[in-house]
Amino acid sequence: MKAFRRTILGALGVAAIAAAGVPAALAQSQSPTLDAIRARGQLICGVNTGLAGFGRPDAQGVWRGFDVDYCRAVAVAIFNDPNRVRFVPLTAQQRFPAIQSGEVDVLIRNTTWTLTRDVSLGLDFTGINFYDGQGFMVRASLGVRRASELNGATICVQPGTTTERNLTDWARANRIQFTPVVIERLEEVVQAYLAGRCDAYTTDVSGLAATRSTQPNPAEHVILPDVISKEPLGPSVRHGDQRFADLVRWIHFGLLTAEELGITQANVAQAAASDERPAAQRLLGRTGGLGQMLGVDDAFMRNIIAALGNYGEIFQRNLAPLGLQRGPNALWNQGGLQYAPPFQ
Amino acid sequence: MSDITAPVRFTPAAPRTPPLLAAGPIGWLRANLFSSWLSTAVTLLLGYLLVRWAIGFVDWAFVKAIWSVETGADGRPQTQPCRLNREGACWAVVTENHRFILFGLYPYEEQWRPLLACVLFVGLYVVSAMRRFWRKELAIIWLITLTVIGILMWGGVFGLTYVDQERWGGLPITLILSTFGLAFAFPLAILVALGRRSSLPAIRIICVLYVELIRGVPLISLLFMASVVFPLFLPEGLNIDKLLRAQVAVILFAAAYLAEVVRGGLQALPRGQYEAADALGLSYWQKTGLIVLPQALRIVIPPLVNTFIGFFKDTSLVLIIGIYDLTNAAKTAIVEPAWVGFGPEVYLFVGTIYLVFCFAMSKYSHGLEAELNRHRRR
Repeated sequence: MKAFRRTILGALGVAAIAAAGVPAALAQSQSPTLDAIRARGQLICGVNTGLAGFGRPDAQGVWRGFDVDYCRAVAVAIFNDPNRVRFVPLTAQQRFPAIQSGEVDVLIRNTTWTLTRDVSLGLDFTGINFYDGQGFMVRASLGVRRASELNGATICVQPGTTTERNLTDWARANRIQFTPVVIERLEEVVQAYLAGRCDAYTTDVSGLAATRSTQPNPAEHVILPDVISKEPLGPSVRHGDQRFADLVRWIHFGLLTAEELGITQANVAQAAASDERPAAQRLLGRTGGLGQMLGVDDAFMRNIIAALGNYGEIFQRNLAPLGLQRGPNALWNQGGLQYAPPFQ
Repeated sequence: MSDITAPVRFTPAAPRTPPLLAAGPIGWLRANLFSSWLSTAVTLLLGYLLVRWAIGFVDWAFVKAIWSVETGADGRPQTQPCRLNREGACWAVVTENHRFILFGLYPYEEQWRPLLACVLFVGLYVVSAMRRFWRKELAIIWLITLTVIGILMWGGVFGLTYVDQERWGGLPITLILSTFGLAFAFPLAILVALGRRSSLPAIRIICVLYVELIRGVPLISLLFMASVVFPLFLPEGLNIDKLLRAQVAVILFAAAYLAEVVRGGLQALPRGQYEAADALGLSYWQKTGLIVLPQALRIVIPPLVNTFIGFFKDTSLVLIIGIYDLTNAAKTAIVEPAWVGFGPEVYLFVGTIYLVFCFAMSKYSHGLEAELNRHRRR
């Protein structure tokens, strides 16, 4: 009996110690995804099969792009090595099953955040790394200034995506008559527009800018200021692993914070050594132990910035060559929408 | 009496050539192209259009074409000259991107390996095509060559760095998918075709079900099932490679079609052949292997090659599941803003590669058909 009671007490004692240790253990890594990535030795990231600026292999087979750099940022956070990531190119139809089935750890493939996708597809969006929206491009010689002047126009559009639906919704809401020219392939729809088969071409503004920048004389084409849909693009992870979602979310916020604080790839080493601003010290892992809370090294943001630069630099490297302006993707204090909660 | 004239000696007239206008190329032209005023008019019209088109094409593809462009200070190709030159082709898109189109994502410095693999594949086809190599040793040659190709592509031994299948791409993928696809599908197809004609109901029903189910859906949906739906049923953490899944889908699909072709051959064989084999007391497999199949397969060479060629090109459908085969790599190469709009050049280049392979297959099958059916010509 006595022995039994001692056992009970002992067990309680162990339980108490374990309970006391729980917060610390939770802070380490309670993420099955993170554990699996560490055990595997590399991150598996779902990307686009080929979209200029966002994710595509270059002529030497190296993956490049805005979304690709986000993949690399997650890899740097975990392994401090931008190359420990395996890119799985996914088509639009493949992407959600791929994340559901665990074929990829994280999906960073210019995917629009919608309620249905967030709630019913078993995935969680971790933020908006690019604000896109559907717009129109017309020939400058047409003299059209606003989208509302497109009544009676012939409009080139690709079928199947949300683009076509947005166009008809917008036309109905604004009582605009138009003739759609529906063409499946991107290249052909662009050719149709350039050949004058339609007055306007509609797709996401990022796509319009990319098309416009490749023309011999970009000034011949105008992107109308009206944006008829919201297309917030962002990374997503499998639902149910909040820890890993936190990590991906705060990497994005960290990149924004770095730009806000003026910490760049060039000056990050110096900033880590001598920047006395508390926010910079927390971001770069000198104080606060924020990395530990996310289950990675405290210096994870410092490593990411050293490898890839801050948000502005990633944007500049991948999207500016397409002729894309920062627009809504500028920081909140520069007239944009990109706003990071405090890194503390 | 004596007025019988001496027998005239028969001297054959010297052979004369037929009138130049009735035979030879001119005669042929007259008979086929200018036999009536209507056909003359059609010939002239079509000839005019053909020549005009050919001149236009040569002008576009060669005379006014641009073969290379400068690389700008930012490391991006300067395609402005190409864009301003609307009359000519811009082959620079092919010369700059040919390694990506041919080998996809394979590590750039290691691309001699897939190149060698392609050469080995072609060598394997050539050797297999020659009749004097049709011996048992051929199987060993296949085994060895495929092993060497596997070692080259994967690496990991003999100082070669390991390359995951995820990174394979371009022409090797097309060759792998079609070679393995047909090599495995063909035996399977023969079994299924025999099974469909089996007297055992269970086997017959299974084979009929297999053929009808697989043939009833498009290849694209089968690839979709393999790449999107199948992984959802696997336990978490277990992933079967995407390429392997696509390969299995291609094999199953090709086998269903080939089975029907082979069955056609089996049914074309006169009943007497089966009965004669039975009368000789041959077992089922002896009868099938020695009497039925050699004759049946010979009959179906044209539709078989037709199916082979079809499947060689159908492998390009794997682009919908994100595998960079030849077509998809070409498509991806022109995604970069600098190269958008140069699709015709890239697709012509890729089309030529497909044409070379398909034309070789077709020519070879013609020769094979003539040779194997020699006994029929009397």
